[in-house]
Amino acid sequence: MIYNEKMECLAPGALKDLQSGRLRQTVKYLHEHSPFYRTLLNESGVSVPSVKSIDDISRLPFTVKDDMRQSYPFGIFSSKMSDIRELHVSSGTTGNPVVVGYSKEDLDFWAEVTARALCCAGAVPGDMIQIAYGYGLFTGGLGLHYGSTLLGLTVIPCSAGQTRRQVKLLQDFKPRILACTPSYSLHMAEIASEMGLDTRQNSLEIGIFGAEPWSDTMRRNIENCWDIRAIDIYGLSEIIGPGVACECHFKNGLHVPADVFYPEVIDPKTLKPVAPGCTGELVITTLTKTGMPLLRYRTRDLVSINYGKCDCGRTMPRISKVLGRTDDMIVVRGINIFPSQIEGVLLGIKGTQPHYQIVVEREKGLDKLTILVEMDQSLFSDKMKQLQAFEEKAAKEVGSVLSISVKVKLVEPKSIERSESKAKRIIDKRIL
Amino acid sequence: MKITQLSVFLQNQKGCLYDVIKILGEAGIDIKTLTLAESREFGVLRLIVDKPEEALKRLRAEEHVASLTEIVAVEVEDRPGGLAKVLKVFSDHGINIEYMYAVVEKNANKAIMVFRFDDMDKAIAALSENNIRVIRGKDIIHL
Repeated sequence: MIYNEKMECLAPGALKDLQSGRLRQTVKYLHEHSPFYRTLLNESGVSVPSVKSIDDISRLPFTVKDDMRQSYPFGIFSSKMSDIRELHVSSGTTGNPVVVGYSKEDLDFWAEVTARALCCAGAVPGDMIQIAYGYGLFTGGLGLHYGSTLLGLTVIPCSAGQTRRQVKLLQDFKPRILACTPSYSLHMAEIASEMGLDTRQNSLEIGIFGAEPWSDTMRRNIENCWDIRAIDIYGLSEIIGPGVACECHFKNGLHVPADVFYPEVIDPKTLKPVAPGCTGELVITTLTKTGMPLLRYRTRDLVSINYGKCDCGRTMPRISKVLGRTDDMIVVRGINIFPSQIEGVLLGIKGTQPHYQIVVEREKGLDKLTILVEMDQSLFSDKMKQLQAFEEKAAKEVGSVLSISVKVKLVEPKSIERSESKAKRIIDKRIL
Repeated sequence: MKITQLSVFLQNQKGCLYDVIKILGEAGIDIKTLTLAESREFGVLRLIVDKPEEALKRLRAEEHVASLTEIVAVEVEDRPGGLAKVLKVFSDHGINIEYMYAVVEKNANKAIMVFRFDDMDKAIAALSENNIRVIRGKDIIHL
């Protein structure tokens, strides 16, 4: 089923007209309402009337994550605070998190695009969905919740965690759809097996997985494990959350609702568009948002784009699965982590340049984060408890900044591998 | 009155202890006693050696994290109740012991224990008040 056939199957010419009109509106709106963008547009020498067609987008300035961090908390919002209905928060690269404000219209569009994504994945009204993405500041849980409600699904709003209970509910309520991070679905399967259940004997038919990178190998594992169709969903809170793109049952690229979010794929060095099918950085412009519209937001995610019509009938462009990052961000249990955040905390504790390394491992489908910190003279003590206290304090502080539990382990100086005299910050041992 | 102790950080990994001891051996450092404190992840090796400054220099040159700390060595009567007598002094004076260990002594009927306190001076004062012999650095080296 196609949720909004009129939009999702729009002829390319008509789509372009719609995008052009919405871009003109957005630029005009931003110039009027957002001091941040007014300055940015003026500095880039782009006048509002000169933006006529969606093709003019290439003349517009980019927006980066740091712009949000610097305008923390609400400086990049375009709506008055009294018109903002909801706030979400995701991790920033250092210090301040990224705050996203949603107007009433934004929430309505969010529900619409996630409803489209759910349909794209194979959901139909009347289905039951177990949502095991975190509810709260993280956009995963609520985003899918709003879409499910709009589409007419029965929602089990489990949020993440309490896995044994989730497995019991899954057994007893018999949902057709499970939505969570791909790694959590494997963790649930581990727990289900421990509980003596056969994971292939269950009511699930569709899994909607996202918020972290995963490979086709992992897809096959999950599909085998649960005997389901595993669908990749993509999103980022800066743009809206889940619903920015989603696969259909052909699993041949993720459809982007391009009437709402305009995608470009650029070379991260030259900033020029790359040819369809070639890998580049995904850049998104919001065409309908009012709370916090963004022009040409650089996602740092590497994808390729395909403008061809899909066998499912949708004409919307498709992006590939995320192939990597242009920065050093990693995703652990659906949470974005930047090494710089960890560095910031360690510097705060020690007051010296720390040599550290982040080790990510997956045990029973659950990601574990260990931070190795090189011992140095200023940190050393002959008292064991002082060293242990450092490990505990660092783990606690890093954990609270990242919103995930971590372990800190002291290691000998110079024991962390360095390449070209630069320490290798992340050792990801997971098989994604 | 205080004795200099050498402390070395050790990662819980094969060969770490050997590496440190080997460096000291090659530098001609005489180890009087040592103790190893360990957690699940790492250890701290504490030693009393004849030339602590030299040992520190050698270890740091080989990228080891090490430091010197002052501790107190106390003569303990080598008979039942001997250690209790000393510990009672600390207990009575509210002095906390961070850690302690024994020194191997050849041909003697007295035992020697070394102590690390939070308040070293208070501990030394309490010991002298109670006529308990505190051993000097050079004496312990020449044991």
